[in-house]
Amino acid sequence: MAHELPYIAAIVEAIQLEMERDESVLYFGQNMATTENEPFVDAFGKDRVRVTPISETAEIGIAVGAALAGFRPVVELYMAEFMLVAMDQVMNEAPRFRAMTGGQVKVPIVLKAGYGFTAGWAGQHTGTLTGLFMGVPGLKVAVPSTAADAKGLMATAIRDDNPVVYLHHYLLTLEHGEVPDGEHLVPFGEAAVRREGSDVTLVGTGWTVDRALGAAEKLAAEGIQAEVIDPRTIAPLDTQTILESVEKTGHLVLVDQATRHASVSTVIAGEVAEHGFDSLQAPIVQVTGLDATIPYSEPLEAYVLPDEDKVVAAVRGVLGTAPVIA
Amino acid sequence: MTAPQGVETLDREHLVWMLTQMLRIREFEERVKRTFEDHPGVIRGHTHLADGAEASIVGSIANLGPDDQFFTTYRCHGYPIARGTDPNAMMAEIYGRRDGLCKGLGGSMHLTDVANGFLGTSGIVGAGIPHATGAAWGAQIRGTGQVVLCFFGDGASKQGAFFESLNIASLWKLPIVYVMENNGYNVHTRTEQEDANRAAGEDLSVKAKAFSMPGVTIDGRDPLEVYETVRGAVARARAGDGPTLVESQMYRLSAHGNIIAPPGVPLHFPEHEAIEKFGAPEEYEAAKQGDPVPAFRGRLVADGVLTGEEADAIAAEVREEMQAAVDFGLASPFPEVETALDHVYA
Repeated sequence: MAHELPYIAAIVEAIQLEMERDESVLYFGQNMATTENEPFVDAFGKDRVRVTPISETAEIGIAVGAALAGFRPVVELYMAEFMLVAMDQVMNEAPRFRAMTGGQVKVPIVLKAGYGFTAGWAGQHTGTLTGLFMGVPGLKVAVPSTAADAKGLMATAIRDDNPVVYLHHYLLTLEHGEVPDGEHLVPFGEAAVRREGSDVTLVGTGWTVDRALGAAEKLAAEGIQAEVIDPRTIAPLDTQTILESVEKTGHLVLVDQATRHASVSTVIAGEVAEHGFDSLQAPIVQVTGLDATIPYSEPLEAYVLPDEDKVVAAVRGVLGTAPVIA
Repeated sequence: MTAPQGVETLDREHLVWMLTQMLRIREFEERVKRTFEDHPGVIRGHTHLADGAEASIVGSIANLGPDDQFFTTYRCHGYPIARGTDPNAMMAEIYGRRDGLCKGLGGSMHLTDVANGFLGTSGIVGAGIPHATGAAWGAQIRGTGQVVLCFFGDGASKQGAFFESLNIASLWKLPIVYVMENNGYNVHTRTEQEDANRAAGEDLSVKAKAFSMPGVTIDGRDPLEVYETVRGAVARARAGDGPTLVESQMYRLSAHGNIIAPPGVPLHFPEHEAIEKFGAPEEYEAAKQGDPVPAFRGRLVADGVLTGEEADAIAAEVREEMQAAVDFGLASPFPEVETALDHVYA
């Protein structure tokens, strides 16, 4: 059985179910649990659910410490950029302790943060910081694009024994979708094929999955069948599903909201160039955000972001039906 | 610290200037707020208003000399107005237009006016505190008597950046004044829920003790008390005696910001958190009674500094000025899209 929920509510449902299931799960962060009548406070009490000051270094460091001591904290960070205040804890503490102690300890924390809020939030609240985190051994990174995956990936993240950066896309916040009832786990490292096709492989993450699907619809009207793949987690990254698709289609166009050299796309392009070179009938093309700080003004913001038309043009380019433009 | 001296220590011109700036800030921000209803979609992202902080802003900025500098939070519209920045360029920025202060690239949260000593605004809580401290180091090196004002909120004083910066500033005796605007709320959280000093019944200025610098708590709704306190702190900084922490207490009269929602949902300012979240409308109504703008107007009229008619005439001029800013902002074209890449590197 399933029920319809907005993406953001699906995440909340997963946290709630995991807190019911496992009393070692803690949930805390800024601007939550400030009144007695909030559902999480009501259900789980103020030992496990707490408001913190604006103190990201302490919030994330405390999560690491509580995890070392046997708990499973979920930190509500709101904005991915707020993690940057605590870079050391995120990138050089949480993911290191397991290895440095020879496997004596584990750090099962979830850093929940929204990202990619390209809706006039200008330069410091709009980043798609995926590339920054996916290259850190020891960190896992989930990037759900649907309400069902939002729930299933959060549940998996909480049960995972490693630090997980869970990035939910702000532009998807109110997108509705069918969400399985009760326990729902989406495994890490298993891509979803969102649309099957034989002519070109499109890979998107988060918000760009829908951009790729929209482009695929437009291309279908021209007789071009695009396959659309959503990796769902980028660390671990399911390169196998992508390679198998490219073997079938011979063409690869990558769609990413991040700036090019910090994008998931560039990593996938490298993997496919190395391991799928013989399948490729044309160069890989990346449709990414331009290498710029996201501008405030609406037309400028749109200019630096990927969109359906840019994807369509890139596909026409790799298929030789138009000059390569990307 | 110099005790507040009251109206009699300042001349009429200065007092009327203060009232005028407070009215200008309030009117500008009312226009920003109204834009959400009158022109939906023109303002994007997140916008924060400083109604309730006008007295503190004006009383502080009034102490700056022409070469002095200041840094603020993303709740940043008031300071440049008091400092003399063109409100047309500010409104055009908030509307994302070509003639904006930052060419439409920054928006409401990142106002900057280098010519007036306003060197940049971060959208990250507390991040501006070390920036201001660094500018104060620069002032110390130049040795020309410059002072830096650093504005931040009560919430920011729980960031590591606050503790680290104030320690260095005191250690190096930097020429800086830290003005902590305590408006009672960090976003949706009350100060006593997130501040150990407040929870223990102490003022937040006690934090200064940890850095061996003077700390003082004042009524930030009284522009003259703010003026006198910051005046003393600026004099101390200019004399090379180091920083001061001023906790300026006030009440934010609008919600933290407009609602946070993805495109398609109309943005607006919700009710204040006291009402919407804590079910305490009486707290909000009491705060409204302490609104510093009408209070200062009433005080100047009662003291015979200016007549009610004169105050009304100033308010009318201010309304005209800020209507012109709205008109200017709406008429300004969007920037050329390629300018998105103009300033990635210097």
